[in-house]
Amino acid sequence: MASRKKAAVRRSGGPAVGKTAEQPTARPPDRPTALRVVGKALRKVDATAKVTGATKFADDLFLPRMLYARLLRSPHPHARIVRIDTAKAAALPGVKAVLTGKDLPIPFGILPVSQDEHALAPEKARFVGDPVAAVAAVSEEVATAALDLIDVTYEPLRPIVDALDAVEHPAPRIHEYGDGGNLHKLINLEFGDVEEGFAQADLIREDLLFFEGSTHLPMEQHAAVADWSPPPDGKITLWSSTQTPHYVHRALAKVLELPAAKVRVIATPNGGAFGGKSDPFGHEIAVAKLAMVTGRPVKITLTREEVFYCHRGRHPTLMWVKTGVKTDGAITAMHFKSLLDGGGYGSYGVASTYYTGALQTVTYHVPRYKFQGARAFTNKPPCGPKRGHGTPQPRFALEVHVDKLAEQLAMDPAELRLRHLVPPNSLTANWLRIGSMGLGRCIRKVVAGSGWKQKFGKLPYGKGVGLACSSYITGAGLAIYWNPMPHSGVQLKCDRGGGVTVFCGSTEIGQGSDSILAMLVAEVLGVDPFDIAVVTGDTDLTPVDLGSYSSRVTLMTGNAAIQAAERARDVIARHAARKLEIPVERLAFAEARVFDVADPGRGLTFAAAVQLAEAAEGTIGTVGSYTPPASPGKYRGAGVGPSPAYSYSACVAEVDVDPASGIVRVPRVWIAHDVGRSINAATVMGQIEGSVYMGLGEALMEEMAYRGNRNVVHKIPSLLEYKSPTTLEMCDIATYVIEDPDPNGPFGAKECGQGPLLPLPPAVANAVYQAVGVRVDEVPITPEKVLKALKRKAKGEEPRFGPTAFPDIPWPEPTRVPPPWEGGDGKAVGGGKGRKEAVAASKR
Amino acid sequence: MPDAKTKIAFELNGEPVEVAFAPHKTLLEVLREDLALTGTKHGCELGECGTCTVLVDGKPMLSCLVLGLACAGHQVKTVEGMAAGGTLHPLQEAFAELGAAQCGYCTPAFLLAAEALLAESPRPTREEIKLALSGNLCRCTGYIKIYEAVELAAARMQGEDAKPAPETLYGLP
Repeated sequence: MASRKKAAVRRSGGPAVGKTAEQPTARPPDRPTALRVVGKALRKVDATAKVTGATKFADDLFLPRMLYARLLRSPHPHARIVRIDTAKAAALPGVKAVLTGKDLPIPFGILPVSQDEHALAPEKARFVGDPVAAVAAVSEEVATAALDLIDVTYEPLRPIVDALDAVEHPAPRIHEYGDGGNLHKLINLEFGDVEEGFAQADLIREDLLFFEGSTHLPMEQHAAVADWSPPPDGKITLWSSTQTPHYVHRALAKVLELPAAKVRVIATPNGGAFGGKSDPFGHEIAVAKLAMVTGRPVKITLTREEVFYCHRGRHPTLMWVKTGVKTDGAITAMHFKSLLDGGGYGSYGVASTYYTGALQTVTYHVPRYKFQGARAFTNKPPCGPKRGHGTPQPRFALEVHVDKLAEQLAMDPAELRLRHLVPPNSLTANWLRIGSMGLGRCIRKVVAGSGWKQKFGKLPYGKGVGLACSSYITGAGLAIYWNPMPHSGVQLKCDRGGGVTVFCGSTEIGQGSDSILAMLVAEVLGVDPFDIAVVTGDTDLTPVDLGSYSSRVTLMTGNAAIQAAERARDVIARHAARKLEIPVERLAFAEARVFDVADPGRGLTFAAAVQLAEAAEGTIGTVGSYTPPASPGKYRGAGVGPSPAYSYSACVAEVDVDPASGIVRVPRVWIAHDVGRSINAATVMGQIEGSVYMGLGEALMEEMAYRGNRNVVHKIPSLLEYKSPTTLEMCDIATYVIEDPDPNGPFGAKECGQGPLLPLPPAVANAVYQAVGVRVDEVPITPEKVLKALKRKAKGEEPRFGPTAFPDIPWPEPTRVPPPWEGGDGKAVGGGKGRKEAVAASKR
Repeated sequence: MPDAKTKIAFELNGEPVEVAFAPHKTLLEVLREDLALTGTKHGCELGECGTCTVLVDGKPMLSCLVLGLACAGHQVKTVEGMAAGGTLHPLQEAFAELGAAQCGYCTPAFLLAAEALLAESPRPTREEIKLALSGNLCRCTGYIKIYEAVELAAARMQGEDAKPAPETLYGLP
């Protein structure tokens, strides 16, 4: 084991390939031996298709007589559309249809509370790139030429350029709804009396931080193909690179005014998504309508520039945090404020805003907590959910803030965190139910692996190590539209030949969700995962799964798949037991056999057992479904934050800072992630490493930048100018997979695809401070910001770069919810938005 | 009216092919639209991301920046030409085994760029791999599994009975 520990960091050029026969056993020795499939490192069920180029992404579909669509987009950030003349475009040879906003008048949006989008803007453009017209033609070239022939008269309005501008300028309003002026959403939640908590503190600190917006940048541009079967069918089929076919299904039915049964949405494998393909999009609706009016299949593939306009990425977020602590670092109270720059539409923004205040309480114990959050409408592409959805920004703020508190208390930042961890199986101040909690083990792993104690505060000038932690939800506890139905459904069919087919609405976005279904069903039925066919993401064929977002898929589809498989196993077992003349309890399912555990040689092949059951009962098909547990919080706003389980991560980043140029390099990162239980070990590793990569990009370089004048034109809508890490910037990673099984997870599994991103930006920021003694309280940590902070330090000013003020915001009365330890019941009391509930409760 | 088509002949994945297409088309468009080889992907069509990489006369080229006409008489290899006789290429095998293909969209380009590297440098160092693949963007993997897959395939192509290191698949103990 000692030699394995020595290889803790894989240095450049070092060996990654073992070649001796004693390596690796199929499963690490500490795994429960009862599991045959779960926990192994298996290739994904779609791996062969992906390495041969056989996987069909949306743009790879070509249908006979297919037309090509393009969208005309607004060149103005904020403008009334006075007139659109499409006559010349429609007359161009090869053009088959031209649509404008009046052809698709029904609004839509991902959240029921913000149905504020139109496929094509009917009256007003709200950002540069907002679609206003659509053309279908015989080729992309003709469609593009036709766009130039559409004559739009705009009446420009004053644009709102950022969140501060929105606070200062309630007019002109971007939308006619929201919480006043250009403020889309205002939240004020108070869990206990924070002022009383601050009064008990030995030390109080306030910090201001800013997290710049960034975008998902999937390598695959969004694409969609629509095909219309005319009446009496009257049915539209849409193939799309979407993470959420169920929500696209609902949006198409609504906007096209078709019965849901006349809409089929097929999610093609996504060529990267990261949250950027979670909204129903105007181009999906426009291409469907174009297919309906032309009677021909229509495809649209966005250009890379257009992908930047679709956006829905990380909200730029200004944050203020005030925490009171005792001398041992115990938190007495925390007050957190956030201001989000939402862009031109609602998207997931209301949820994003709540998320900037939801998870502060799930890592270190916070006895009293106050959160005020605001989202502004601005005339830029809409922000939404990007990997970590609304939580990387506050996590950056919190972990840098804790680092500063530790310094003031003269405590080791790892020690401070370890001392005040939220206990497992507990409730937080804001009524989140914590299950398994492996953060302590994570911290100890990265502290030991990185040589933290030998390095922290002891490296030469220019070098530093920084530590940060995080947590993330394993699926949102509530559906996006309120309903009492399951969040995931699975159907399972056993073939008399011994094969099994699993049907599930989940969407493969590269995270390996198809493989999870196969592996879990294989575990239960004792068959080979590669004998299982997986059919996913097709609203005609598969039961609803809400979509690949909020790290929900492994837990929710996994539990549904296990239930369906167990029901099939029970049916098969009944007949196999009868045949073998033994009690059902003595049967085992393994190695594609059903056999007597007392006499393993005595049994049937799985196929023969299925045939027995099918002969007796008919076709063997079962279903399974999953609904998350009810949230203990009952106040308004309690819908965001609850989850069946929380993952935990700890990270140490090592940096080299060149004080002459300000350039920050990250040679290596140690990351430990509590995944509950690894289902496919190889996939878990890939998700953790990919999260580290994306977090590194946000820490150092990724930003949605706009020109600093009133045009609010995107400065860099290209892959060349939007900086993301290449192989040359990517760090080495030492990964530790921690397994602290959660009772709500399938075999104990929790998420791993988003959480490990979160600690990267604060770990890098904390390491930069260790390296050169300046605080960059803003990501990305660009060379310019480091140099500015170093200059201030040289002048004897505060050695810091970051925001200096949080604006006055007209907060509503707080919703007051006593924390569990103050006798609360999860409901709001007193004033604010909780009052109605309190009054209603008192009348009951 | 559609452009008049031009017909050229070249070698595609080891076989002679003739194809007629509008003369302004890029190799990327000819492969995908006129030859139905959709394994070659696109991320920008501006030469920025490397996603459309194919091999022309054995060298990695961005097919979005190469005119189809310029390929007359040359050898072009795409991902569809990597597996031979129903057997995956060792690079494909290693990418599948380690999860170096997550969404799989950039994968064909990485495979071909890696194949060109291994043709020149059969046992490349980690630094050589990074340099050779630095023109290809991947947003899923953080590149780590890709490096490890190239190293694994390189070892196997040299006849070694190489297996992935345990920490590659399970993390560090």
